[in-house]
Amino acid sequence: MEQNNNGLSLMKEKIGLMMRQNKMAVFSALVILIIVIMAIFAPVFAPYDQTKQDLVNRLISPSFQHILGTDDLGRDIFSRMLYGARVSLSIGLFPTIASMLIGTVLGLIAGYYGKKIDFVIMRLADITLAFPSLLLAMVVMYTLGAGIINIFLAIVIVGWAQTARVVRSQTLALKESEYVEAARSIGVSNLKIMFRHILPNCIPSLIVLFTLNIPANILQESSLSFLGIGAQPPFTSWGLMVSDGKQYIFTDPWIAIAPGVAILVIALAFNFLGDGLRDILDPYMKEQ
Amino acid sequence: MAKKVLKRILVSIPVLIGVMLILFLMLNVLPGDPVSVMMKEHAKPEVIERMTEEMGLNDPVMVRFFRYLWNALHGDFGTSYKLNRPVGALIANAFPNTLKLAIAAAIVAWVIGIPAGIISAIKQNTIIDRLFMGVSLVGVSMPVFWAALLFQYCFAYKWKLLPVSGVETWQSFILPAVVLGWSSAGTISRLTRCNLLEILQEDFIRTARAKGLRESAVIVGHAFKNALLPVVTMMAIQVASLLSGAVITESIFSIPGIGRLAVDAISSRDMPLLQGTVLFTTILIIAGNLLADVLYSLIDPRIRTEG
Repeated sequence: MEQNNNGLSLMKEKIGLMMRQNKMAVFSALVILIIVIMAIFAPVFAPYDQTKQDLVNRLISPSFQHILGTDDLGRDIFSRMLYGARVSLSIGLFPTIASMLIGTVLGLIAGYYGKKIDFVIMRLADITLAFPSLLLAMVVMYTLGAGIINIFLAIVIVGWAQTARVVRSQTLALKESEYVEAARSIGVSNLKIMFRHILPNCIPSLIVLFTLNIPANILQESSLSFLGIGAQPPFTSWGLMVSDGKQYIFTDPWIAIAPGVAILVIALAFNFLGDGLRDILDPYMKEQ
Repeated sequence: MAKKVLKRILVSIPVLIGVMLILFLMLNVLPGDPVSVMMKEHAKPEVIERMTEEMGLNDPVMVRFFRYLWNALHGDFGTSYKLNRPVGALIANAFPNTLKLAIAAAIVAWVIGIPAGIISAIKQNTIIDRLFMGVSLVGVSMPVFWAALLFQYCFAYKWKLLPVSGVETWQSFILPAVVLGWSSAGTISRLTRCNLLEILQEDFIRTARAKGLRESAVIVGHAFKNALLPVVTMMAIQVASLLSGAVITESIFSIPGIGRLAVDAISSRDMPLLQGTVLFTTILIIAGNLLADVLYSLIDPRIRTEG
């Protein structure tokens, strides 16, 4: 236990260090926070009803009335983006958590128990990782049908394997360490060893993986929605908005450009933050 | 060495069969009535019934899987529901376009990525390094479809420099290749930078410096060769992932390649075609990884002498 507490407090210390040194990561965290707040309070920030059609004012360029213009049905693009953020961010967050929880548990089991169960789990992971992730997600969406819940499932099905691999390899190394040996010798149960002694030491890597998986999944969702097999009306997501704007790209480019910028900004912010965290937390990255 | 390569190849066979099985189960177990997709709405129920029987769709799923596996081993990947042509032939027709795009994109990725990575490593922690690494993150974070639309708007529509879409001339491949290569360039430049930095810490580099070599000679003569090793093997993996990343690029730039086939297969609910394209792309990726492993052990003497 001593060791684990030290590990965690060391991590806090390191994050504090990063906040002082890596301004880009702090700025990124701030950007993420602002976007999250705007998405949560979308009804407050949205100047218009996002679903209200106004055919007189369709396809107007950005102006003071509509800061990002309106789409082909006269809906305010900025308001729609605020609501779209809810879908894009939830898909960045919840399936990532779910897939990483599954991956963590399977990785722990595979690494700790080894033998047959390890073989089965890791071969399943190999097979999952052999597929190109977008195509596998497309197959899942083909089978389950378009829709937000199914994107969640697709991302979980595609995403668990990477986490399982990382956690397994760390478990393999930690399993042999002296404090696990010690815990085992005084009769601590396997479950307790896995979750109280091994897992806390995987947390730094998991945090990094989490921060980098979020933008990857946001991009994944936007690609699926762009292809028309992701989010469906009345919901909207940033990917779907770019897709809607596609046909007006030459005449009214802002319709597709604005939500695309939003995807880029949020993905970039998470990637900068993830990079900053990796530099300080990941034991596999040498500190340069 | 030969033994090792053989072992590596043998290991990928179960993965390949697993891929086929999972793909088959995902596409065949859940209800989706292929016959009614083929016959459209106005087919009589008896006709649908007979077709289902004739196509062997009433057999147990494992029987159907082994039939699929057996046929696939003989080069028969089924017939497209919509286009009514063999899936294998459709893929063979589409593949050259995808390959051209992937190679062009790979060239873009390397020409941008490797020099950027080298410069970043040499100028570590300077403004240039930060700028390059920032730009490479933009490449990784940018939605491909959005970049594609933006490029179409600027280069094809506004400035009329390049064709909007199609495959008629070599110029039409420039925009899609840049769009697709850009994000890989980010990955490659980060890898190059990271490896070069690691190598520059090694003892033999210190020795080279200590004996008074110019810094440029140290980097070109000693560090490069070692730092680029993993990058070279990364190339095999990259070409494979570009082949699959082409899905969106192809559908935006109207390139009749494998990715386009897959997207069309989804919208027309053409199961055999989707199965074929995904399987084909996955096989390419597995082969790419295999090639990367083999290349790596061929180039790197440390790995060659082990085992």
